[in-house]
Parts: sequence; structure tokens; C-alpha cells
Amino acid sequence: MINIWEVNETNEMIEKENLDVRTITLGISLLDCIDSDLERLNRKIYEKITSTARDLVTVGRDIENNYCIPIVNKRISVTPIALVGAAACRSPEDFVSIAKTLDEAAKKTGVNFIGGYSALVSKGMTAADENLIRSIPQALAATEFVCSSVNVGSTKTGINMDAVRLMGEIIKETAEATKEKDSLGCAKLVVFCNAPDDNPFMAGAFHGVTEADAVVNVGVSGPGVVKTALEKVRGESFEVLCETIKKTAFKITRVGQLVAKEASAKLGIPFGIIDLSLAPTPAVGDSVADILHEIGVDYAGAPGTTAALALLNDQVKKGGIMASSYVGGLSGAFIPVSEDQGMIDAVRAGALSLEKLEAMTCVCSVGLDMIAVPGSTKASSISGIIADEMAIGMINQKTTAVRLIPVIGKDVGEIVEFGGLLGYAPIMPVNSFDCSRFVDRPGRIPAPVHSFKN
Amino acid sequence: MEPTMDKAIITVVGKDTVGIIARVCTYLADNGVNVLDISQTIVSGFFNMMMIVDMAGAEKSFADISAEMDELGSKIGVSIKCQREEIFEKMHRI
Repeated sequence: MINIWEVNETNEMIEKENLDVRTITLGISLLDCIDSDLERLNRKIYEKITSTARDLVTVGRDIENNYCIPIVNKRISVTPIALVGAAACRSPEDFVSIAKTLDEAAKKTGVNFIGGYSALVSKGMTAADENLIRSIPQALAATEFVCSSVNVGSTKTGINMDAVRLMGEIIKETAEATKEKDSLGCAKLVVFCNAPDDNPFMAGAFHGVTEADAVVNVGVSGPGVVKTALEKVRGESFEVLCETIKKTAFKITRVGQLVAKEASAKLGIPFGIIDLSLAPTPAVGDSVADILHEIGVDYAGAPGTTAALALLNDQVKKGGIMASSYVGGLSGAFIPVSEDQGMIDAVRAGALSLEKLEAMTCVCSVGLDMIAVPGSTKASSISGIIADEMAIGMINQKTTAVRLIPVIGKDVGEIVEFGGLLGYAPIMPVNSFDCSRFVDRPGRIPAPVHSFKN
Repeated sequence: MEPTMDKAIITVVGKDTVGIIARVCTYLADNGVNVLDISQTIVSGFFNMMMIVDMAGAEKSFADISAEMDELGSKIGVSIKCQREEIFEKMHRI
């Protein structure tokens, strides 16, 4: 039988160490909404989302009450809209009307984000893909809850450099279109390599075409819990360190699994996956950088950081995989800058640069995330950064992503405030040497040799 | 067949005063909640109790009982929390 110490341990994790379930994300297929008439398509999309997700928020609250565990976000992901809108949309403006429909559906269901305003163009772009991508700045400026992502490469297909070049421009345009809000639109736009079909985390969530009609995915969290556990093993060997992380990850994941199963049963929608990511928030004590500090580097970015992060990421997976048979999504430690107080401190102290962050993304999910750069950064430089990050994903057969925010009107050292879970960030310098001759080459980078496994 | 159980864990934490257990147990008895196990300690002057209870015989809903216990806690000056057992079971057992 459960004893008092175990009960106290769980409740301390929740009350003092910020243990929560980060998100229940309901994936909804919109393939059966496809229609060549735009108005009809929009109506069908709205009806499908609002009926399927009708109870999502109430069910989330019920589970919170039953277990006294906060479920921070309830969210929806949908089939990439470039596919859903291809038959009806003739222009970027047509796609923007779908973005507005998604926004309305999000408001109606009470979720705080809806993801899937996406295009999958790792090998080539259809006319619809290109129209959707070109509509992103306008779509993100005209909506509140919509998140957008574009997959521009994969290990199997290589990197679509035409899309990479275009995304550099689109990110700049999005920054410009939302400059009144410190270019907030870019915080809701991710560029991916090897994007997973079942990621529950925003801004990159979409409901892949390989998925069922509707599915419940859950993202867990808990950097604070791992950090507190590690405080008790200071100076111990790597074996003890790794064991502690594994055991903690197991416990965190078990809670996620419980919540996922409950949500699935209450909604009558199948359970998909648990995403094992350690997702930080700007709250004090909920930081991945603080774990790295506890492992032994003064600031994230100091020599040893990449090794410490590799170890952390691997142990989190090992513990989590033991706790749930269906692990998916991104599953790893996130290292966003603005959403992690320890990362912000590291940037301010001069310990962490864009280049070191890039190195760190080689060993963890998911990529260059929530990094504010000067608004004057050239589109070609952004494309160059994207290409670098996509190459890391392609060669290492892992998901990588870029979520950069060129803050219009601000420069290195200034602070940008996004609010809420998105946090705030000091603007980081970007290497200013030119790469436009590279980025301007048309076509794609071929798939790497180790992708030929057949 | 044995009747099915509906197990929950009640935790009471706060400054120790006379009659905490009595008042909590009275509430549970009045509402048809059966106590299966109690453990209690005092940690540096703080009262710390855990009860495993069976709510199968309760007439009120889990949410109502949980809210009323929370209210009772504020009257006594302690924090009372009511959680379904599975969260502990899943976290601490393989």
C-alpha cells in the first residue's frame, strides 16, 4: 500500500517543484473536411474542430481536480492546412481565411493554442504549399491562437533549400507584420527538419496524415523535479547522477501516462503518445539550464555543457521509456532561451552564444528555440541559420527546429517581452558575415548516404 | 463478488491543534466515506497526516467532497487535499 512518504514526495513535486502536465493536445484530422468551395471548407473545419474538442477543456479540469496536478495547457493540432486547403485555396489570402476559422474554433473550445497551419515541403513545394507559406505573416498577424510550422527537410529527402530561402524571408515578414507586439508572430512559427507527426508541443504541433481521425497526445514536464532530485546527489559519481535522473523521469512520465489514459477514456478518443520532453517555463525553479548548473557547469554554455545536456537527454529518455510503452513526439530536453530563466541568465552573463546553442541542439531536442535576434538581421542570414540547423537534423536522423524572432526596431542587449509561457529574452548577436551566395543557390541538398537503408 | 472500491488519498498538513483528526473523521463518517488506513507524524511542529479512504459508499461526488474538505481545512487552519489514489500508485510502483 502507498505510504505517507511517497504521498508527500508526490505532493512536494507538485507544490514546490513545479511538477505539472504541460499539455493535453488533441490531434484532429481535417482530411474529411476537404472541399473545393472555400466557404464550405471553412464551415466544415469549424464544425469538426468544435464538435471533436467540445469537452477537451472540461475534461482537463476534471483530471486536475481528481489528482491535484496542474494541466497547464489544453491544445489542438490539426492536419497540415496546406493539404486541407489545397483544393479550395487559390491565393495566400484564401489560406488566411482558414487561419481565421482555426482561431475562431480555438476561441470556441477554450484552448490556448491551435497548431497545424503547416506545410510539409521537405522535398518540394506544391502551389498550395507555397501559397500557405506566403500567407503565414498575414495569418499570424490576423490571429491570436494559431501556430504555424513548415517542415523543410528530412533524413530521407534531404533539405529543400528553396523552402529554406523562402522561410528566411517569411520569418522577416512575420516579424514586420507583428512588430507592434515585439514581433510576437515569429514565436508561433517553427521551421523543422524531420518533424514528428504526433508532437503535442507548440508551436510545432500538427496532426500528421499517418494518424487516426482523432488522438490524445500528452506532453509532460518537470525540470524543477529533476533539479531538486539532483541537489541530493551533489559530488556523486556519474552512475549515481544518471540513476537519479532516470528514476525521476520515470515518475514524471508515469503521471503523464495516467493523465493521457484518463483524458482518452473521458473523451472517448484513443491515446496516442507521451512526449517525454523536459519543457521549462520562465517560472523560477522550472529551468533546464538550472539542471545543467546542478550537474556541474556554472552557466549553460560553459565548457562541458554539451556533454551534460547529452547525458541529461539520454537519461530522461531511458527513464521515460520504462514508464510508457508509447513514447513519441519530440521527447528530450528543450532548450528555449526566452522560456527558461537559467538560459536567460546565461545569455546575460555572456556564457551562452547562438553558436553554442547550435552545438547543444546536436544532442537534445529540439533546436534553436525562442531566440530573439536583432530586427536588422538579414533574411539570408536567417536562412543560413535554418540550413545549419536542418543539416544537424538530417545528418543525425533527429528532429531539429528553428524558432528565431528578429525583433523589429530592437538590437543586441535590449530585452523583448512576450508574456506568459513565452517569457522574455535578451536579444542575441548573430554572426554578421554574409552567406547569401550559398542560400541563393536553387534546388535542394541531397539526402545523406546513410538514409539509403532499403 | 467483493464490492468495488473507489480509493482516494487525503492529506492533511498544517499547524498541530486539538481535534484535527476528529473533525476530519466526523466529516468523512457523515458522508459515507470509509477510512482504510491512517498514518500520521509531526514534522518540526507540523501536523502531517495521510488517510487512505474508500469513497464507493459516498453519496456526494468526488469533486464536491474534495471542495468541502478544502473548506473544512480552512476552518481548522490546515491544508486538506483529496486526490485519487492512482497518481501515487503509478508514480511509485512499477
